Amino acid sequence: MSLRENKSESLDWLTIFMFGCLALFGWLMIIAVDFREDTFSLFDFGSQHGKQLIWIGSSVVIATLILLLDYRFITTLAYPYYAVMLLLLAATLVLAPEVKGARSWFMIGPFTFQPSELAKAATALAMAKYITSASTSMRQFRTRVVSLMLLVVPAGLIILQGDTGSAIVFLGLIIVLFREGFPVTLPLIGMYTAALFLLTVKYGPVVIIIGLAVVFLALVGLMARNWKHNRTRVLAVTTIFLASVSFSYFVVDYVFNDVLKPHHQTRLNVLLGKEYSAGADYNVLQSKIAIGSGGWVGKGYLEGTLTKGDFVPEQSTDFIFSTVGEELGFVGSAFLVTFFVLFLLRILFIAERQRSHFTRVYGYGVASILFVHFAVNIGMAIGMLPVVGIPLPFISYGGSSLWGFTILIFLLLKLDANRKLVLR
Amino acid sequence: MTDFEPRKYVIMGVMVLFGLLYIGRLFMLQVVDESLKTQASDVGERIIFPARGLIYDRNGKLIVGNQPIYELLVVQQQVGEMDTTRFCELLGITDSQFTARLQKLRSNPGLFSRLKPEPFLQQIPYETFAQFEEHRHEFPGFYPQVKMVRSYPYGVAAHVVGDIGEVSKREREQSNYYYELGEYVGKSGLEKQYEEVLRGTKGKQYYLKDNIGRYLGPFRDGAFDTAAVAGTNLTTTLDIELQQYGEWLMQNKRGSIVAIEPATGEILAFISSPAYDPNLLVGRVRGENFTQLLRDTVNKPLVNRPLTALYPPGSTFKPLMGLMAVQEEAIRLGTSYPCRGGYLHAGVRVGCHAHEPIDDLNEAIQHSCNAYFCNALKQFLEAEQFENESEGIDKWADYLAQFNLGRKTGVDLPGEYGGNIPAASYFDKLYEGWRWKAITVISLSIGQGEITTTPIQIANMYAALANEGYYYRPHLVKSIAHDTSQLLQQYREKQTIAIDSAYFHYILDGMERVVIDGTARLARIDSVSVCGKTGTAENPHGEDHSLFSAFAPKENPQIAIAVVVENSGFGGTWAAPIASLMMEFYLKRKISDRRKWLEQRMVQADFIHEPEEVEG
Repeated sequence: MSLRENKSESLDWLTIFMFGCLALFGWLMIIAVDFREDTFSLFDFGSQHGKQLIWIGSSVVIATLILLLDYRFITTLAYPYYAVMLLLLAATLVLAPEVKGARSWFMIGPFTFQPSELAKAATALAMAKYITSASTSMRQFRTRVVSLMLLVVPAGLIILQGDTGSAIVFLGLIIVLFREGFPVTLPLIGMYTAALFLLTVKYGPVVIIIGLAVVFLALVGLMARNWKHNRTRVLAVTTIFLASVSFSYFVVDYVFNDVLKPHHQTRLNVLLGKEYSAGADYNVLQSKIAIGSGGWVGKGYLEGTLTKGDFVPEQSTDFIFSTVGEELGFVGSAFLVTFFVLFLLRILFIAERQRSHFTRVYGYGVASILFVHFAVNIGMAIGMLPVVGIPLPFISYGGSSLWGFTILIFLLLKLDANRKLVLR
Repeated sequence: MTDFEPRKYVIMGVMVLFGLLYIGRLFMLQVVDESLKTQASDVGERIIFPARGLIYDRNGKLIVGNQPIYELLVVQQQVGEMDTTRFCELLGITDSQFTARLQKLRSNPGLFSRLKPEPFLQQIPYETFAQFEEHRHEFPGFYPQVKMVRSYPYGVAAHVVGDIGEVSKREREQSNYYYELGEYVGKSGLEKQYEEVLRGTKGKQYYLKDNIGRYLGPFRDGAFDTAAVAGTNLTTTLDIELQQYGEWLMQNKRGSIVAIEPATGEILAFISSPAYDPNLLVGRVRGENFTQLLRDTVNKPLVNRPLTALYPPGSTFKPLMGLMAVQEEAIRLGTSYPCRGGYLHAGVRVGCHAHEPIDDLNEAIQHSCNAYFCNALKQFLEAEQFENESEGIDKWADYLAQFNLGRKTGVDLPGEYGGNIPAASYFDKLYEGWRWKAITVISLSIGQGEITTTPIQIANMYAALANEGYYYRPHLVKSIAHDTSQLLQQYREKQTIAIDSAYFHYILDGMERVVIDGTARLARIDSVSVCGKTGTAENPHGEDHSLFSAFAPKENPQIAIAVVVENSGFGGTWAAPIASLMMEFYLKRKISDRRKWLEQRMVQADFIHEPEEVEG
């Protein structure tokens, strides 16, 4: 059979359609942010909606180029691509100018470019390549450590750049490792530690230690009846208890005060309801007011008075969801959330239908990255998660992110298109 | 790897769970929670302030206008990359001024200070402002602001037109909160008196605003807006050139001039000296200048002397005394009294100066004989138609009231004082338990004693004399553009005096002779017959106040005038020449060469700075 025939046959048009819908929807929302009755011009390429049109157009070109590639390129180039991206991230640290406290953007002429957006796909590919190589197995400790390092290294570089939001996206790739058999203990410990950290910040170490002690004594009391049989369990519980107490008492304080930057501390405090400073929760409050003022069906497209009034800072990028909430109301925003979840499930469906293990791992990588973006961005806009500046995929204004997501999706679609050829 | 396959359901479950969680949260925010909707109020009201009415003089010359002042505001947060050098060039400021100005604003703490418009540059000349406007789009964050303030092309008549200033708390309460905070209202003079005419009608504009109140655009395309209606223009009765001339003559003197057109009661000139340029109290310089004027407690330039300075009318009162004595048949026109250097009766002495013998009332007026009028008052009070002196003095006070002496004239300016005319009850109280007689109050006959009047009352008295027995209440507004109110009605009502007009006619001759061959020969004007009377108001604190009241021409009076020059001595020396120069200027529009020296002498006289000149 001819390769060309095969391609058109198995290309997943539903995903492409959904992708197109989201990008178009995003463009309409950016127009809404820019819109002013008196001065608006649809094809003003100096404006954000004008530029976004260029980004969408160039993304179509990128998508087409990817589909024209030989799929074997993708697997072959996974490691080199990853290596180049790591170098770029490191170079960014040194060469990029500081913008709003972060060194994550390159300036090339009039354009700005964010390497971390492209590093996401690279990391997902590298991880897929590594996990599916013949010599590795999740049962091996080494495999676990290396696979973890694959995402920790770029995440670390990005944290050094000062862009916490993007780093969190990389940590989301743990979902992939989980699917591939990474022991649950580690994520559980991670979640337990995070919970302990937040609770300690909120209530202070004393309350937490008392709480831990109560639980510990209750458990020991329960196990004391059958001492011999439960000896190892008691030992484990005691270890966990002591570790928790010292974490709560020593580590939390150190991390909160010495590792986190002041604006992170404020955001955490705001989220935990400990602080109501007008400056820190201003963005979130304005975003919530805009969303809340939408009501059931919203004020109507281009009728968002708060959007027009520049009430919400960063509204075309990080807080684009507030425009959706204000102008399209509950119906529109719930529809967008549902659509997004369906899109994620579609990607998981694609991942699961692969005969190629590589493609499946990569597919999960794509889903994880998109999911973290979706969850963090909307969660922040509706005040459920702390303010972390990452874009809402396909919707937020921005060339680098749209290119990044396009590459992410179309690499998967290219691999998926050839799923029947792969026997591996 | 198949053994881990069930984990995909965990992952899918988590994703679906987040979706549901968010939809639930959105439902709370958008449908359940009402508080967020109320916080998003977004329609603002903006008041459009109308232009204040203009004020003209009787000949249509603009005396109070409006002028725009231009300012530049800055919203710091919106200031972006810009060509600072070009900016400074356009506005004519230096780079360092620019930096200093911005730095000062930046040092201002507070979250919203960077988001709200703040004044960047004030009082920009129009040409500079217009030039900058063309390039303003190059400098985001900078906004123009035009404010209207008053302008006074002639720089005179400050005490008439008054001024405007920011509304006070009390004024807002009294107006039932018609005024906005910081709105300008008339504070004194015509600006205050005719506030409701001049202020116009405010308009209202509804607009979309952002969360810090910045203007975004009209609300519903202005469907609910109301337009502002400019204030109504006033035409005053002032002759602004006469006013200007009078203020020029009165420089370096304390005192008043009030000139009235007798036929109408229209005030032609209204001078309170020392005067000041009303332009001093406009805009940025207002505060400083106002304090300076307020601090001058010796000359009190802010005091409105024609309305509030209380003087005994002195000898200017004598024609009136004569008229009522004749009317009550206490004396006849031809009555004569001997004057032996004064009036002497029962141990009371009222001195008089040396003059020719007096044969009739007119000669008494001509030479201002004190003894004559003392006798006339005594005869008046003891006339047989009155039961006693009390009844007589009440009748006397009634005549004064008919001339509106010692009571407010009702002129259309705020803050007028009445003065005092003593009646029987006054003296009964003053001399309680002791029966007072004509001789006790004899100094009233020559306008001294317990009688106090204001310059505007004296001028009005002379308007009534000029009219031979009637007057119209003095007023400053001639007409109000498209006026349908009854605001000026009271000034159209003739006030008549119950004295035979034949007596008035007779007495004009005496007053004319005062100028021709009497106490005020310096007041003569070529080819115009002037009737007048000098006066000297005794002043316990220093040199007497010089008074002169007059009208001209005798046959067809066009102008009646009262002049007071404080602490200058005898009326004939200072007040009379000033009054006659005013009348000459009004009637002929120029001063004859023959009298230029007099004009110079009057202008140069200084009773404020130098030791007072002792003359006459």
